Amino acid sequence: MFELLSFLQLQQLWWIVVSLLAGLFVFLMFIQGGQSLLFSLPENEMEKSMLINSLGRKWELGFTTLVLFGGALFAAFPLFYATSFGGAYWVWLAILFCFIIQAVSYEYRKKENNFLGQKTYEIFLYINGSLGVILLGVALSTLFSGASFHLDENFFVQWDSKLRGLEALFIPQNYLLAFALFFLARLSAGLYFLSNINHASLHVRIQKMLLKNTLLFLPFFLGFLAWIFLKEGFAYDASGIVSIEAYKYLNNLLALPVVAVMILLGVVLVLVALYLGIFKANVHAIKIMGFGIVLAVMGIFLLLGLNQTAFYPSITALQSSLTIENSSGSHYTLTAMSYVALIIPFVLAYISYAWYAMDRKDIDEAEMSDASEHHY
Amino acid sequence: MNELASVDWSRAQFALTAIYHFLFVPLTLGLSFIIAIMETLYIKTGDAHWKKITQFWMSLFAINFAIGVATGLIMEFEFGTNWANYSWFVGDIFGAPLAIEGILAFFMESTFFAVMFFGWNKVSPKFHLLSTWLVAIGSNLSAFWILIANGWMQYPVGMHFNPSTARNEMSNFFDVALSPVAVSKFLHTVASGYVIGALFVVGISAWFLLKNKELLFAKRSMVVGATFGLLTSLFLALSGDESAYQVTQHQPAKLAAMEGLYKGESRAGLIAFGILNPNKKIGDNEPEFLGDIEIPYMLSLLGHRHVDAFVAGLEDLVYGNPTHNITPASERIANGKIALQALSDFRKAKKMSDEVKMKENEAILQTHMKDFGYGYFEKPEQIIPPIAISFYSFHIMVSFGMWFIALFALVLFFILKRDIKNYPLVLYAALWSIPLGYIAAEAGWIVAEVGRQPWAIQDLMPTHIAATHLGGGNVAFSFTLFAILFTVLLIAEIKIMLRQIAKGFEGAH
Repeated sequence: MFELLSFLQLQQLWWIVVSLLAGLFVFLMFIQGGQSLLFSLPENEMEKSMLINSLGRKWELGFTTLVLFGGALFAAFPLFYATSFGGAYWVWLAILFCFIIQAVSYEYRKKENNFLGQKTYEIFLYINGSLGVILLGVALSTLFSGASFHLDENFFVQWDSKLRGLEALFIPQNYLLAFALFFLARLSAGLYFLSNINHASLHVRIQKMLLKNTLLFLPFFLGFLAWIFLKEGFAYDASGIVSIEAYKYLNNLLALPVVAVMILLGVVLVLVALYLGIFKANVHAIKIMGFGIVLAVMGIFLLLGLNQTAFYPSITALQSSLTIENSSGSHYTLTAMSYVALIIPFVLAYISYAWYAMDRKDIDEAEMSDASEHHY
Repeated sequence: MNELASVDWSRAQFALTAIYHFLFVPLTLGLSFIIAIMETLYIKTGDAHWKKITQFWMSLFAINFAIGVATGLIMEFEFGTNWANYSWFVGDIFGAPLAIEGILAFFMESTFFAVMFFGWNKVSPKFHLLSTWLVAIGSNLSAFWILIANGWMQYPVGMHFNPSTARNEMSNFFDVALSPVAVSKFLHTVASGYVIGALFVVGISAWFLLKNKELLFAKRSMVVGATFGLLTSLFLALSGDESAYQVTQHQPAKLAAMEGLYKGESRAGLIAFGILNPNKKIGDNEPEFLGDIEIPYMLSLLGHRHVDAFVAGLEDLVYGNPTHNITPASERIANGKIALQALSDFRKAKKMSDEVKMKENEAILQTHMKDFGYGYFEKPEQIIPPIAISFYSFHIMVSFGMWFIALFALVLFFILKRDIKNYPLVLYAALWSIPLGYIAAEAGWIVAEVGRQPWAIQDLMPTHIAATHLGGGNVAFSFTLFAILFTVLLIAEIKIMLRQIAKGFEGAH
């Protein structure tokens, strides 16, 4: 079935899969958002434990999605994997360090004799939830702002900045997406806690937090949209020649009406979810938020890679810019991987079932005090 | 920028992160099955003691699993960060198993891990048991795909070189996924994990018996651990035999280094014990060993399944051996340079749209493709792997592996036929064999990875070409950060683990 698709169709299909994974990962960043609230939202140790245990049963899904995101990029767009990870070395390593410290912190935080002390592991979670998200936002933003690299005749990457990726931190526009993601993650975390923890006074504080963070999220998100739609973008023609085009991403939005509807619908769903959370403390708002985030992020990623757009532009060697056509795996590999990807709905189904089975009962103080249960 | 230093630091960093990661993975592989067996016994018998036993080992599993996940993350991205040239050159083949590992294995592990730990009072006992088995299966599936990727580097199959993209592209997924090298590597590696899991359970149970604590729990754990250990250590030896056969067939230089074999011979013996002569150089007449004990014919039998077979030595591979049809490395280097030149000429012709020259050079390239990677070397001696480290690692691994079979048989005998509590020597042997398991597993990893040097991909891409152009300073700094962070986390893990063990079975949930 997939072998009948043209090479370009397979490349587009895999860009759609990567975009979907990006959307799912940004939604799962509610775990990071929740971690960034550990020192401000709870008023006592019991409340903090409830938040951590609520997040602790999901953190691995976010972590696994990040790993899969790396694996999917490697398999489907190996030249991007090689160029970006190898080139922007320090920014990616900084992100990975933020995630490495997350992986031990849930399990080790409350364990006796844990060497670093409970507070350190909580700080690790906070670093992952704040710095990790911001750095990731900066790294993703370079897909719009461009990066400093060129490829040699063997397509081996040469990075043109001694800062090896950290130079992205000095581009102010990159912080628009970074902080938009940071506040968005906190918003989804609030909605997730409403759905997962049964605690009246915590719910009131969550609603206040949601309102405050919505007001902080909107300027960054709108600023990010304004920036990408007004800036020039990186287009390529039929022979693969890359050129700079004014309003490229806005043009893409107009040329791809389905994507425009996805983004619009996604944003509306996010706003509806926030309204339901802030004013109604609605326990289902997280689901609406989830759909909204996946649609909007996926849409933004599609604008980035489809319609003859270079999704990883080089600002020092324009013709080295990466497109879905020049950076992808071969027709054979993309076909084989497409068959493998057919299992994804099955994976999503068992995740949903396990999630449903585990969340039938909300987390409450009684469960946290039950010594027969495993806690973080 | 000192590129040589950069490559060396990247190798050091990859070795450091892989060695740390591989401290935790084998225990996950083995203990997950042992826990699943224990929980099955609980569900079958309804005996609450089995539940306590399951929960105790599960609590240790979680401590180990967390740091395994933490150290594993970097492995997924390090091919890109430090081996970018490699990632492009073979990413079309190598990326697929990594992505499949994520889709098929990691989600299974992470989803059912949460059910396994938090679901005791939330899901039905049967669903809980299923989740525990799925964590074990997921962990092993993950090992399968990553070892396919690794096996492919040792024996690249199922691909062709595309000069237009200057990379290798997959042409047969099943050749890659079912390559005999990959399958034997998988079986041998997971078996080593099962043995480590068994050593861990038997050793800690022995500690309880020595302390005269938790007797019932410890004895039951020991029976499960030792039975699992005996079966899997025998399988480990069998899969090791197959692994050695595959190495002989596809990586003769690695086998020669593992055995300190300089001059090839028919009816070659296997070195059971030996001390290498540090002054020995290739091509001279110095003896290979200062002292050694050899098992006659065994290497020929192991490597070729025939006592009369000729096993190539390092000198045959470097200087050639016309009698046995072995091409000298100098000739392979010359062929490789022709292939590299043809690739460069092909790309120039492509730029000029000169179809005739493109075809000409593609034909030259294909003729010499099997020696492509040799073109990056200047001297024949560069194809020799580090001998001492390969030799000693291999022999440590094999000797410990043999000891584990004897240990599990002993423990099983004493626990089933005698009161093992009265045999402290056996209990101490079990306890102190836990670190030996880790040493053996790391030694095995070193044989596999150091023994295949100087290749990142056998005969296709040398390690020094595979690395990202990073500059030594950058990688030295990141190496230091990893060394500090992983060491701190390891200390935390060991301290927590020891306290959790000391709390005993009643303190686990």
